[in-house]
Amino acid sequence: MSETFTKTMARNIFYGGSLFFILVFLGLIFHTTRVLPERDHRENITPQVVLGKKLWEDNNCIGCHTLMGEGAYFAPELANVYQRLGESKDAIISFIKYRPAEGVPGRRSMPQFNLSDEELDALAEFLKWTSEINDGDWPPNIQG
Amino acid sequence: MKFSSQAVAKPYFIAAIGLFTLQIVFGLTLGLQYVLGDFLFPEIPFNVARMVHTNLLIIWVLFGFMGASYYLVPEESDVELYSPKLALWLFWIFLSASVLTVIGYLAVPYATLAEITGNDILPTMGREFLEQPTLTKIGIVVVVLGFLFNLGMTILKGRKTVITMVLMIGLVGLAVMFLFSFYNPENLVLDKIFWWWVVHLWVEGVWELILGAIMAFVLIKITGIDREVIEKWLYMIIAMALITGILGTGHHYFWIGTPDYWQVLGSIFSALEPIPFFMMTLFAFSMINKRRRDHPNKVAALWAMGTGVMAFLGAGVWGFMHTLAPVNYYTHGTQITAAHGHMAFYGAYAMIVMTMISYAMPNMRGRVANSAKAQSWEVWGFWLMTISMVLITLFLTAAGVLQVWLQRYTDMPQSFMVVQDQLAIFYWLRFAAGVGFLAGVGTYIASFFIKGEAVGLANAAR
Ligand code: HEC
Ligand code: HEM
Ligand code: HEM
Ligand SMILES: [Fe+2]
Repeated sequence: MSETFTKTMARNIFYGGSLFFILVFLGLIFHTTRVLPERDHRENITPQVVLGKKLWEDNNCIGCHTLMGEGAYFAPELANVYQRLGESKDAIISFIKYRPAEGVPGRRSMPQFNLSDEELDALAEFLKWTSEINDGDWPPNIQG
Repeated sequence: MKFSSQAVAKPYFIAAIGLFTLQIVFGLTLGLQYVLGDFLFPEIPFNVARMVHTNLLIIWVLFGFMGASYYLVPEESDVELYSPKLALWLFWIFLSASVLTVIGYLAVPYATLAEITGNDILPTMGREFLEQPTLTKIGIVVVVLGFLFNLGMTILKGRKTVITMVLMIGLVGLAVMFLFSFYNPENLVLDKIFWWWVVHLWVEGVWELILGAIMAFVLIKITGIDREVIEKWLYMIIAMALITGILGTGHHYFWIGTPDYWQVLGSIFSALEPIPFFMMTLFAFSMINKRRRDHPNKVAALWAMGTGVMAFLGAGVWGFMHTLAPVNYYTHGTQITAAHGHMAFYGAYAMIVMTMISYAMPNMRGRVANSAKAQSWEVWGFWLMTISMVLITLFLTAAGVLQVWLQRYTDMPQSFMVVQDQLAIFYWLRFAAGVGFLAGVGTYIASFFIKGEAVGLANAAR
């Protein structure tokens, strides 16, 4: 780098540039949180949905599945599973409920979580609520 | 080594290498489960092996950063470390917390672990990379605070250099961003927005400062180039890192319920993110080309250049590949993401830690450089690991392209599980490359035990 471009100038670009973009970023995040309610439909976050998210976390579903494209790539996307299984909470519930404890021989397997009916319902409610978030039309098709 | 207290870095480096090895063993387990779906089921389900794999990665890289800092800061500040005793205490606390956590993952179902560690009181678990029990997270915060205190006190009583300043900003940033792992709102969209403040603003933000500082330190040591030149480069690299990387966070705000303007902002700024990685490569090569002396530790220079190239390929090229919103619409959450994650993490953060180890370890063992024979083993380890990682990335990329095509792009999209079956050949090849990677780790570790005439202080070519 040339002599006219000094270390002090480089330092100022670092501090000034970083500070500027931190502020812009914070401003944008603030704006995002303001307009978010229209997209996430938070009025539909019922106590069941809250419980469902907790169960989602406590059983580490994200360790095999993606949810809105984030997570692991071992098992199907679940943000649109509600639609994929025919807009049926019951289909989701029975899928989770009847996983064989020993797995399916030779096939990628999902554990049997031994959840109560109330918990299964909460998980299904959570997945249903998630499927209704306005996420820019992602995934591209029903297969996730 | 200028100060005896720098030697506290040694246990940190040894732990890093040990946990790294374990990470790879679990990586291979995952690789097998990809093709033999019921392998180890239900004893070790995929999700458990995965969180062991990724958490060990984060933990050993943190051990590496800490070791690097304990070595670097006293030398740069020209004083002994404030408290070597504290550093050793924190080492044992951090190691036991890590080992206990991994045992917890493997010994009981995750839901049980969540329950007995009090996840109901402050729920933070069950999110990717942040699977650790809340107690472990608190432990990490305590260890990092003690670590920052120790470094801060050292710097305060000594010389303040650009390298230590940048390193400290990076480390403080690491700690501050990690605090967002304690924020877990009930609203999934908000949760995801701030989850990225830990994950993205770590690897494409503050960690780049740490990477740059370590790189600058090693380059000064092995090339003898004037500090002024190195520091100017360092400032420019980290300036570009934060200028592009902060708004670059937007490339994760495309499809998670966030407003559409992020598709434009995230695409533009993250498309610029390869710049700092490219500069890092230029930095390493140009400093080594213009070196003022031939340091006998040749393999450390190889690691430094390798870090530059592989970080640019993994983060820059493979990152750019899927970072524009119209592309990401199709590649989001596929094997393309996995390909990029592997090469970027290895190229940037695994390799910078090994660069530092390669430079510092001989010094801590009382020599300027290892024997030619030991170095050649290390060179073999370098190439075996690096070539295997390139292969892993290529196989995953091939799998990813096919996956996108079959599952998302054609007129007759097939279901996830059906598509996965058709990708098996690439997963087998990835597994084979993974075995090569493990062989590389073995060779690398063996290099520490190879004898031969080391280059001592007296016979070093100055
Ligand atoms: C160990 C990995 C693993 C974990 C953990 C896991 N799953 Fe699954 N899941 C799978 C696999 C594999 C499939 C596909 C099974 C098949 O097609 O045979 C699946 C399928 C599903 C399906 C049906 C998807 C479809 O498109 O047909 C639902 C719903 C589901 N999982 C929900 C959950 C929930 C909720 C959790 C957490 C409580 C969870 N899963 C945890 C592996 C896992
Ligand atoms: C033996 C070699 C390895 C194999 C076979 C392997 C395999 C895997 C597998 C199967 C996953 C899970 C992917 C999924 O979610 O479906 C994974 C995740 C991951 N691994 Fe590895 N791995 C190996 C080495 C490494 C190395 C050396 C690194 C970094 C230094 C690494 C970093 C990661 C990361 C960051 C993730 C999370 C990826 C993401 O979320 O996109 N792995 N690995
Ligand atoms: C060393 C630096 C980097 C590391 C360690 C890294 C690592 C990762 C990892 C592990 C993921 C997966 C996260 C998840 O599990 O959801 C990811 C995602 C992503 N990275 Fe990087 N990355 C780096 C730099 C970059 C750069 C410079 C770019 C852009 C040019 C980039 C673009 C992306 C994109 C677009 C995704 C989202 C993929 C998706 O939609 O599924 N990354 N990165
Ligand atoms: Fe990112």
